[in-house]
Amino acid sequence: MRHLMNPLDFTVEELHRLFDLANDIEDHMDKYAHACAGKKLATCFYEPSTRTRLSFEAAMLNLGGNVIGFSEASSSSAAKGESVSDTIRVISCFADICAMRHPKEGAPMVAASRSSIPVINAGDGGHQHPTQTLTDLLTIRSLKGRLDNFTIGLCGDLKFGRTVHSLINALVRYEGIKFIFISPRELMVPDYVTDMLKEKNIPYEEVIRLDDVMPKLDLLYMTRVQKERFFNEEDYVRLKDFYILDKTKMKLAKPDMLVLHPLPRVNEISVEVDEDPRAAYFKQVQYGVYVRMALILTLLNIQVD
Amino acid sequence: MLNVGKIEEGFVLDHIKAGKSLSIYYHLQLDKLDCPVALIKNARSNKMGKKDIVKVECDIHMLDLDVLAFIDHNITVNVIKDGKIVSKKELMLPKEIKNVIRCKNPRCITSIEQGLPHIFVLADEEKEIYRCKYCEEKYAEHL
Repeated sequence: MRHLMNPLDFTVEELHRLFDLANDIEDHMDKYAHACAGKKLATCFYEPSTRTRLSFEAAMLNLGGNVIGFSEASSSSAAKGESVSDTIRVISCFADICAMRHPKEGAPMVAASRSSIPVINAGDGGHQHPTQTLTDLLTIRSLKGRLDNFTIGLCGDLKFGRTVHSLINALVRYEGIKFIFISPRELMVPDYVTDMLKEKNIPYEEVIRLDDVMPKLDLLYMTRVQKERFFNEEDYVRLKDFYILDKTKMKLAKPDMLVLHPLPRVNEISVEVDEDPRAAYFKQVQYGVYVRMALILTLLNIQVD
Repeated sequence: MLNVGKIEEGFVLDHIKAGKSLSIYYHLQLDKLDCPVALIKNARSNKMGKKDIVKVECDIHMLDLDVLAFIDHNITVNVIKDGKIVSKKELMLPKEIKNVIRCKNPRCITSIEQGLPHIFVLADEEKEIYRCKYCEEKYAEHL
């Protein structure tokens, strides 16, 4: 029995099989409409995350399965002090597969070690969020046709953003990737990330202004720059516009550059960019459902001819 | 010069950094053994200036010494049989250490889950870096 804890749990070959399946689902949705009939997904969300939970639920419903679960700790036995180990043993009797989000890092791993059903880590604190990384990779592969040989700009909060760190770790397994990190000095990628890139001889640049590098990018991954991350108000006011993507900056970009964002977006991408064909962040949400469908089928070992 | 008698069977842990013997005593759980144990602190050493020594008289299969490599791999482990040194055990960094150190990350599941062992995994042998199995937090502080 397999679980998914970390995006690197799958080899590159396994990921490609998963993405092939996701693309087949995209093209032939009807074929999969009853693939999980009679199966139940338990969404155990110890902290609210509407988007991820609904994406998992939509994925299971699209496969003809059913969904049970809870959406916050206060409505679960955790409020009564039940351990994660006990909860998963109980859930294993009710469902066939479980997606777990927990504020404590490593909680889904503890669940997986006690579970008799596959467990998917749907986000554990600031640690891992593997299905977001799978979503990002599937979006890139589907829209660009490849996962190698491109220059990707990662912009915004690169210090605390777990989606960014996971994506970097996943992309370094492919050939010809160059990273450009665009962030204020306070929010640069941590040293352990740049040390890893140096060790693997993977080219990267660190810059302060997005405008300066727009023409070089094949992909731009935007993240939110939160005001509270800055040391003072003055720096925030001075720098915030550098990290807001608008029509003017998009004019500097290649005609086939893609803009990705894990969402929710606040103001870092101006709404005027939404109509630009290069804006891929809402398509990314759709790919999130396809990749979760493919993941459920893979972990349940269900094959559809 | 203080003299501690010879042991017939067991271990002599030599070249322990001065002051660390008590920590080793607890990590090897020698407090739970019903056998003679001698802790020698601040013994004179040509190589180290000062050092600690621990002598344990017990069956040589009784102790799991792997954790010593995590604490200090410069420790010399002399294996004693019939009152003589029969071998020197080479210390290898253990791949996993269980319930020796605790994860200090307040966001780690080990901070709330009852009965969960604190397990650290050797992430980088060269740099001797251990990470929590659950949250991957690096263990930074040496024992």
